[in-house]
Amino acid sequence: MRNSPVGLLNIYAVGFVALLYGPLVLLVLFSFNNSIYVAFPLKGATFRWYAALFDYPGLLSALWNSIRVAIPVSIVCTALGLLAAKALTGTRLPGRKPIIGLIMVPLVVPFIILGIALLTMVRKTFDLPLSLWTVGASHLLVCLPFSVLVLLSRFEGFDRSLEEASLDLGESAWMTFWRVTFPLVLPGVVSSLLLSFTASFDEFLLAFFLSGDKPTLPIYIWSQLRFPQKLPGVLALGSCIFAFSFTLVVLAERFRRRGTPGQRSTL
Amino acid sequence: MTSTAERASNGERTAVGSWRGGRAAWLSHGRLRGYLLLAPTLLVVLILLVLPVFDLLRTSFCTQVYLKIDCSFTLANYGAIFEPNGAFGSLFGFIPYPHLQTPIYAVLLARSIGVALLATIAVILLAYPMAYFLAFRLVRNRIRWIVLITVPFWTSYLLRVFAWKIILGYGGLINSGLVTAGIIPEPLELLLYNPFAVIIVLAHSWLAFAVLPIYVSLDKIDRSLLEAATDLGDTKLQRFLRITLPLSMPGVLSASLLVFIPTVGDYITPSLVGGSSGMMLGSVIQSLFGQANNQPLGAAVSVTMMAIVTLLVCIFLKLVGTKTPAAVT
Repeated sequence: MRNSPVGLLNIYAVGFVALLYGPLVLLVLFSFNNSIYVAFPLKGATFRWYAALFDYPGLLSALWNSIRVAIPVSIVCTALGLLAAKALTGTRLPGRKPIIGLIMVPLVVPFIILGIALLTMVRKTFDLPLSLWTVGASHLLVCLPFSVLVLLSRFEGFDRSLEEASLDLGESAWMTFWRVTFPLVLPGVVSSLLLSFTASFDEFLLAFFLSGDKPTLPIYIWSQLRFPQKLPGVLALGSCIFAFSFTLVVLAERFRRRGTPGQRSTL
Repeated sequence: MTSTAERASNGERTAVGSWRGGRAAWLSHGRLRGYLLLAPTLLVVLILLVLPVFDLLRTSFCTQVYLKIDCSFTLANYGAIFEPNGAFGSLFGFIPYPHLQTPIYAVLLARSIGVALLATIAVILLAYPMAYFLAFRLVRNRIRWIVLITVPFWTSYLLRVFAWKIILGYGGLINSGLVTAGIIPEPLELLLYNPFAVIIVLAHSWLAFAVLPIYVSLDKIDRSLLEAATDLGDTKLQRFLRITLPLSMPGVLSASLLVFIPTVGDYITPSLVGGSSGMMLGSVIQSLFGQANNQPLGAAVSVTMMAIVTLLVCIFLKLVGTKTPAAVT
């Protein structure tokens, strides 16, 4: 290192991470605070807000709704991402860039536009009822860019000659895929499953427009924000969700980088 | 693993000839195969993105009469956006403004763009040094740092914004902390429910997202260019301004766009911490599709927002595009 180990920039970096995590840490801290008011000074530690969650009507069914959406979304999304990533790396396709661009569009369009556009199509044009299916469809659209990005970088990261060797040794394209390609991209597949599950599980706005009378967990939290006396319970619930998402994402990142020690992150 | 591979290759060696022929045909249709593999994904994007957006565009030319939507072509909704139909006590929430009739949607659009712009600038200014630290100062544990910075982005956006609400609120953490510490006698009201709160929370929420693109472009910079600059007598600041900054502009640009475009239409943050003076266009769109129930007008507002944002982005890219090469040489 050219500069002194404790430079201004190092202090900045630590401060940056503290700023990034500050609000989350406070939220978790106050979920253990023994007071109905979320305010200083702290009144001692308690688990009662966590225990109280079991008495919240509708919480479990909302949780179940979220899981029922997130699992199929992550599987379908990863399967589609796998096919797309394979196609986009295997051959020099004309129109590769515009196709990738099109798949990435949901990353930059405000979710409210995606939400109302889907709502208009589902309700007005096709006159279908809103359900967890419509929520799942919207989540599929917004999870696809992540799956494709993760899997594309995984496909680009491994040695093409392994596949060629397999084909030259007489393996069929299908068996080459399962025997050579799939094991090599498997960490990316697991990472994509975990990331799209988390993205769907935590998504609020699209579900807000498209869930009808079947609330997902974020919708449930939104509906509880109106009641001040339920605030500590919401903090406890939020802390649980944070812990859950954190675990999944850290696992996903570990899988994503497995077997590629030198590779640098390009999200 | 090896045994199964051997067994398979032995078993298939007899069939090599026929496989070869099939494979040649298969590979010659590599492009066709590529498009076939892409077909399901593109179909999903077509049905869930392209069709709905066209549907929204079409709806914006309709008229709603109570619950019925009449789709004979009209531009009335677009006219309504720029028609003076409301009164503001202040512009952007803090510039005093006489209570005149103003085009409420156009003013909210301008405010949304202004808020998003300020939030984006704050994000870039805060994220750049962090990305610089990752690319140039860190030697070990780089991936750990990147994971540490990325993880919050994946966690619930709703909860992250909500955390700010309990921090900034009247009876919230900052106020109660300052009152308890005896620094202020009474809680401050100006922390929450104004455009500044929206900007702070938006900047914080998107911070994690902006570091990576900037880091990637900084990381790509050829270190020998920096050495050459030093050898030729550039100071550290000159070196940064003449080499590092121009070469990292692609990352800065993509980070700005990735933050700016979604924040213009944000709904959660202005709803939770904006109050009436920090209200943005997203809330209006939501209410036009909800309580106010005027879907064609809501569609027109959304289309106008996207059109103006796209226009701004194009102008921005054009401006930067002509400047960057000059800066490099």
